[in-house]
Amino acid sequence: MGDLLAGLTEAFRMIVTLDAELIEITLRSLRVTLTALAISCLVGLPLGGWLAVRRFRLRRAVIATMNALIGLPPVVVGLVVYLFLSRSGPLGVLGLLFTPTAMIVAQIIIITPLVASIAYQAMRDLWSDYHDLLISMNATRGQRIVTLLIDARRALLTAALAGFGRAIGEVGAIMIVGGNIDGATRVLTTAIALETGRGDFALALGLGIILIALALIVSWGSHWAMRTERQGTW
Amino acid sequence: MVAALPLTLTGATLRRQGKTLIGPVDLTLGRIGVTVVIGPNGSGKTSLLRMMHGLQRTADGHVGWSVADAIARERQAYVFQRPIALRRSVLANLMFPLRLRGASRAQAEARARAIADRFDLTAMLAQPAPSLSGGEMQRLALARALITEPEILFADEPCAALDGRATRQIEALLAGTAAAGTRLVMATHDMGQARRLASDVIFLLHGRIHETGPAKTFFAAPATPEAEAFLNGDIVE
Amino acid sequence: MIRALLMSALFLSAGSASAETMKLAVTTSFENSGLADILLPQIAADTGIDIELIVVGTGQALRLGEAGDVDAVLVHSKAAEEAFVAAGNATHRREIMYNDFVIIGPGDDPAGIAQAGDATEALARIATAQAPFVSRGDDSGTHKAELALWNAAGIPTEGDWYRPVGAGMGAALNTAVGMGAYVLSDRASWLKFGNKDGMSILFEGDPAMFNQYAYLPVNPARYDHIKAGAAARLEDWLVSERAEVLINGYRVADEQLFTFNAER
Repeated sequence: MGDLLAGLTEAFRMIVTLDAELIEITLRSLRVTLTALAISCLVGLPLGGWLAVRRFRLRRAVIATMNALIGLPPVVVGLVVYLFLSRSGPLGVLGLLFTPTAMIVAQIIIITPLVASIAYQAMRDLWSDYHDLLISMNATRGQRIVTLLIDARRALLTAALAGFGRAIGEVGAIMIVGGNIDGATRVLTTAIALETGRGDFALALGLGIILIALALIVSWGSHWAMRTERQGTW
Repeated sequence: MVAALPLTLTGATLRRQGKTLIGPVDLTLGRIGVTVVIGPNGSGKTSLLRMMHGLQRTADGHVGWSVADAIARERQAYVFQRPIALRRSVLANLMFPLRLRGASRAQAEARARAIADRFDLTAMLAQPAPSLSGGEMQRLALARALITEPEILFADEPCAALDGRATRQIEALLAGTAAAGTRLVMATHDMGQARRLASDVIFLLHGRIHETGPAKTFFAAPATPEAEAFLNGDIVE
Repeated sequence: MIRALLMSALFLSAGSASAETMKLAVTTSFENSGLADILLPQIAADTGIDIELIVVGTGQALRLGEAGDVDAVLVHSKAAEEAFVAAGNATHRREIMYNDFVIIGPGDDPAGIAQAGDATEALARIATAQAPFVSRGDDSGTHKAELALWNAAGIPTEGDWYRPVGAGMGAALNTAVGMGAYVLSDRASWLKFGNKDGMSILFEGDPAMFNQYAYLPVNPARYDHIKAGAAARLEDWLVSERAEVLINGYRVADEQLFTFNAER
């Protein structure tokens, strides 16, 4: 109980005093995760739409694989990305290991299946409504996917938020590929792991509370933006 | 512009899982008129319309237009029994078919506003389409189908779920559309509506054309006992 | 949109390029001691080298060096380090300083190790009492040192009382505190540890428990990008008198943690 209270106090203190290090790692967390999320959405949302619209022989296999990849253990992703980006690995010449870019790459791999899968489910349901109309109107495959992407935007926001939540709270993979370097690759989750290891539970918990608050703010903010963009029941 | 009509069906057959739903059907649809498809439930009215429109692929036979299929597809429109509302505003729904064909936003919007006026939709242009009532939604579906000025319009029981007032409104719009030169093919189970709108009739039974002819002759003196029984309100199997 | 994303990705990957940077893999125990916070700013001021610390276990630190992902390593496991040099992964091994290991346990000391004469006897008492003992179990330098002590005492590390947790020093200490178990820790990690909760140092001082830190610059002949110049300058600084004063003078809870012992 004392630790919980101390954590709240510490979180409050860091926010009120605008702790410089806290602001730095919070911004880095946001930059890494939002970049990864943007790329994941760029790939995952159209992929989900394509899978909803297209019928082909291996479709079920692809969807099953995608759903299985949601459960990829981040540590394994981190290890594989590490092995690729390591100086002795196939992409070593890029010199990306222990940079925010490496963390973005790992997060993209972790959340793209999740984003694509939720997007697919939403657009599959919408497609069963729209199927006859769009075929009748002679929409091309690209137009069908774009229509689904636009009209399922509420559900796609949920997909993006799920991806954001998983990425912002992820620690196993980015610890390995980022290295938790102070001032370069330290983000909220790796800082929490570090402070827990040091036994400074109050600081760790304080950072944790800030992480949760961040996730809540992003979620509320995007829902608010979607609702005020246009009034409606859909 | 070369007309896509007449539409010619030769031995057109529709099957699902080995069961024949429609056909073989031989039929020619000329350039003008209102063809009303009637028949008992399950006789295949919807399937026939979908097959002509190309929503369902024929298992045998041929559905042939007077122009290439790709061009013909651009010249037709379809109104579904249960109207499909895009999850957008009424205005965006109306603009949608034009935008698919590459019209600019401004152009599409101007035409959408014009047709909304004709279809009494102006007051609800900004509303989300899914929030419309049944009658409003069907007016929207009709306007959205006609905004591309199709040569032929298929309408599958467009008044099935509507009250009297909305039905009268839709019928008036359909009659006006036909009068303006759009070929109309409509399925209905409402014999009053069939009599009011039809210039010729297709009587379907068990997926085949049992009897067809000009509306006047058909309603005055049906040639087959089944058609006569159906018009009398008897159960036809 | 896409271009903006790519731009931001490039921006993120750029990092700080103003000063010369080098990557140094260090052990958790070193980082947890807090000494790095004293040394790094001084190193930056004296040499212009910005050190990026990668904090991992000794095993992983050596793997990073072998793969060329860091420019040098600072670890504490003599046998592994010598093998590392022998394999050609580092040019040489330079001893810098040492701290010592201590045995932590619950305040009431159920196995009575506080009265033990040496480390062997202390471990024997724990084993005899079947008192719970938490082991790092992660192949780290501390873990290897612990195994060497058990080995020297001739006690097999098996049974319900012996609990390898496969985690870093902090996590192992948290576990030990949670179950009231004995645990071997480096003194620095323990003194800086914030969650002591009734546990304390029960046994210390046996020279067998000294913990030598050595600096190993990664062999630049292996990889083109290794910053051998910076690594050499860092080594010169680490064995300098300035470093000696800072290292010997570093205190936590009024205790000296590290003893400088580099040969110049």
